[in-house]
Amino acid sequence: MTDEVSTNDNSVKVPQRSTNLRWGVIAAFVLLIGLLVVLGLGLKRTSQGPIGVGDEVPDLTLTTFDDGDIHFEDLRGQVIVVNFWASWCKPCEGEAADLETAYQMYRDQGVVFLGVDYVDTEPEARGYLEQFEISYPNGPDLGTRISQAFRIRGVPETYVIGPDGRLAAVKIGPYNSLDEIVAHIETALAQ
Amino acid sequence: MKRRLIHSVGIILLLLAFLQLEAFSAFGQGSGPTDDEVNAIASQLYCPVCENVPLDVCPTQACVQWRATIREKLAAGWSEDEIKQYFVEQYGARVLATPPAEGLNWLVYVLPPAALLAGAFVLFRAVRTWHAEPEPAAGPVPPEEAEDDPYLAKLEEELKRREV
Repeated sequence: MTDEVSTNDNSVKVPQRSTNLRWGVIAAFVLLIGLLVVLGLGLKRTSQGPIGVGDEVPDLTLTTFDDGDIHFEDLRGQVIVVNFWASWCKPCEGEAADLETAYQMYRDQGVVFLGVDYVDTEPEARGYLEQFEISYPNGPDLGTRISQAFRIRGVPETYVIGPDGRLAAVKIGPYNSLDEIVAHIETALAQ
Repeated sequence: MKRRLIHSVGIILLLLAFLQLEAFSAFGQGSGPTDDEVNAIASQLYCPVCENVPLDVCPTQACVQWRATIREKLAAGWSEDEIKQYFVEQYGARVLATPPAEGLNWLVYVLPPAALLAGAFVLFRAVRTWHAEPEPAAGPVPPEEAEDDPYLAKLEEELKRREV
């Protein structure tokens, strides 16, 4: 292998080793920038807060404890109340009865309630549903896909989606009263 | 005498029954998964609720329930891989202490050795350069250039004179 390469007819010679080194440095910088972009995008996604009011909710599927699949897209045109909970979550217990009451109030008015059981174990989750006599559909957050789509920070959190598929109201933490739940549902129904 | 014999036999039978019960209970205790077996798997998992705390030492209720699930699966005869796969299906791949080599996760496995190799190469090049002979600052002056320079011409003349 020659150490020098002729770049034109006037015999201006550039060392081959130097050219290789230059391309190596360029490749290293391109790789480094690519890596930083990937890391940056990951960090940006991590630092994002929950879905905001007015944002479109992605199409998700909840597999219920009864092995039924509920697709959010199929519920378009109805108000959806998505409540994230867990059997180990003490604050969730405080709002459980109010959520069931609200469900009974609105079940015939085009309002769908869905309970998403976050990072929980099935026997305890079923025990919780039985204890608080929750009758609306509930299911585990398989692969934590639903909680990641909503970018939740913990439980309980409740997202009220309007008939247009956009988020109408959000509650971080437990509802303090039935009136608070009703107010959120009415906001969504008015859209 | 006869009564005493009956009592003795009765006591012996009772003792035997008691010993047999103990043996069964000990067998029952030994057959279940031990805490070490549960923790060996739990230490490879992370609960998303308690970030950066391995499952084997996590004190929250959620983690207690997870460990109970591991014990349950072990008792049912599940292997370590099957249990880990179950947790991945239920809670996502982020529960694993070591991410699976898929998609962008490959970067985690490829980049560190690649960076190490690149660093070793750069170091090797640098060390070789340090040990190389320094190049002469300037080459011999071309004859035509020397003729044009009066100082060089004078120097050449002086050298020739001394040689003579």
